Amino acid sequence: MACKMVRVTAHNIISPLGYTSQENFDKVVVGQSGIALQNKGELSETDFQAALLNMEVLNDKITAIENADAYTKLEQLCILSLQQVLENVDIKSSRTGFIFSTTKGNITEVAKDSHSEDALLANTANKIAAYFGLQSQAQVISNACISGLAAFVIGRRYIDAGLFDDVVILGADVLSKFIVSGFQSFQSLSPEPCKPFDANRDGLTLGEGVASVVLSKADTIGSEGVEVVSGAISNDANHISGPSRTGEGLYRAITRTVKIEDAVDCICAHGTATPYNDDMESHAISRAGFEDVPVSGLKGYFGHTLGAAGVIESIISIMAMQRNIVIGTKGTVQQGVAAPVNVTKENIQKPVSGLLKLMSGFGGCNAAVYFKKHGE
Amino acid sequence: MVAMLLFILKSMENSQIIKEVSIEQGKVLVNQSEFFTGETSEPGPFLKSLYKKLDLKYNKYFKMDHLSKLGFLAAEVLLLNEGISNETDEVAIILANASSSLNTDVKYQQSIAEIPSPSVFVYTLPNIVIGEISIKNKFYGEHMFFVQPSYNKKELLDYTTCLFNSTPCTYAIVGWVDVDTKGNYNARLMLCQNNK
Repeated sequence: MACKMVRVTAHNIISPLGYTSQENFDKVVVGQSGIALQNKGELSETDFQAALLNMEVLNDKITAIENADAYTKLEQLCILSLQQVLENVDIKSSRTGFIFSTTKGNITEVAKDSHSEDALLANTANKIAAYFGLQSQAQVISNACISGLAAFVIGRRYIDAGLFDDVVILGADVLSKFIVSGFQSFQSLSPEPCKPFDANRDGLTLGEGVASVVLSKADTIGSEGVEVVSGAISNDANHISGPSRTGEGLYRAITRTVKIEDAVDCICAHGTATPYNDDMESHAISRAGFEDVPVSGLKGYFGHTLGAAGVIESIISIMAMQRNIVIGTKGTVQQGVAAPVNVTKENIQKPVSGLLKLMSGFGGCNAAVYFKKHGE
Repeated sequence: MVAMLLFILKSMENSQIIKEVSIEQGKVLVNQSEFFTGETSEPGPFLKSLYKKLDLKYNKYFKMDHLSKLGFLAAEVLLLNEGISNETDEVAIILANASSSLNTDVKYQQSIAEIPSPSVFVYTLPNIVIGEISIKNKFYGEHMFFVQPSYNKKELLDYTTCLFNSTPCTYAIVGWVDVDTKGNYNARLMLCQNNK
């Protein structure tokens, strides 16, 4: 079996917390959150909690985009994120792949025109790719909330099978009335900022963000490097909008990604802070034998950024691993989930050489990726 | 170039298409031969007549949107008489389309002004059809929903090869399931076997 090493070679996050991965990480590590109470208006008929991007802060950068007005807000953000990671990528090469992960893309265009060509996700991806001159056909992944993390699984497989040498991953979603009203109709939005894994958690908080990662084939990972070792996707085969009560799908994704003897020093969970999701994750983690491993949830910092979430949260977790930190789960006061797990409330300084990232979503989908730090 | 050629050769070794199903304009073909022709090609009534033809007793079907009904029924036809066991990780599902869930997105968008419906909202994700197929068959395995400009069979088979290369699954349901904003529908599914 081909077994090439795949390394994370560049990354960027644009969120309410910052314009680079480093800015975002620095805010997270001191416990700052992008979530705030938003007044009713364009996105919602009532006030609601969310981590919204401030487009005015980004205005100078947006106007610097060539022909900026030709792009939607989402596309502009994607361009701003990608341009920070492509410096060392051979964008003209057919050996460079491009994966775009999103759940709703330019869904706002549907409100203006039901048959809008701008709402077609492949058109959005092609427009972004064309801005940079990326040669190979964009692969769009739209697999609910696992989309961003699934891009790591798929990108790794592309490189492992020899289809590409480098894969550029872009995860992006912005909020719209479409998305906010949908979650409100499910009564799944929390009245206060979300409280992942907390006994009193009462729903998720939405967020917006865009993030990019470059994965590259490597002969060696290097002492500072992080390897994407393995990953898997699975289905609960149980319900389209509710997670499995036993964590069946996620359990299978975890056990197909890591073995119990692998160095799993921390887990970055999905942790949406809905009652069912967090219980489900506790079952899956516990069943897989990782009940003592410190678990972080990052939704309290960024909100749930949908198609970008797997990319944003993986980058923050990787940066934390490189600094031997397990990030505290903002919002957790008193752990209260169905099965025994070890949720971190505060940052922990400890040796971290392996990290398991988890995501789950509507349609019963689950994804797991195992990242490993080298040189120790 | 050489690497690409080797890759294509490897793809042919790895995965073998053992059955094909297409559904379009009121007609269902299995391996290019007629399987069923509806009295109408209108998506709702046509899909219902196919459901009846398959003699399914599956109440969840009636809650599904057009995209899920189409993909679900296409998968039922594809799996018919194949003897593939349920309760398994061994069957991957790799689907794609151009319209994502836009057919239902438009309906949901129109409902926002009145009372947004959670039962419509849940279908505003294209991968829900994969969930429906998985629930019916108890498939716990690998799956992914891609969005392409138009049906690109080669790219889907390339990914199937990548998957078969790294994951011990025996079969994959691979193909195209699209319902556009005007209600045009088109399904092309393949059952691929992992020869590795």
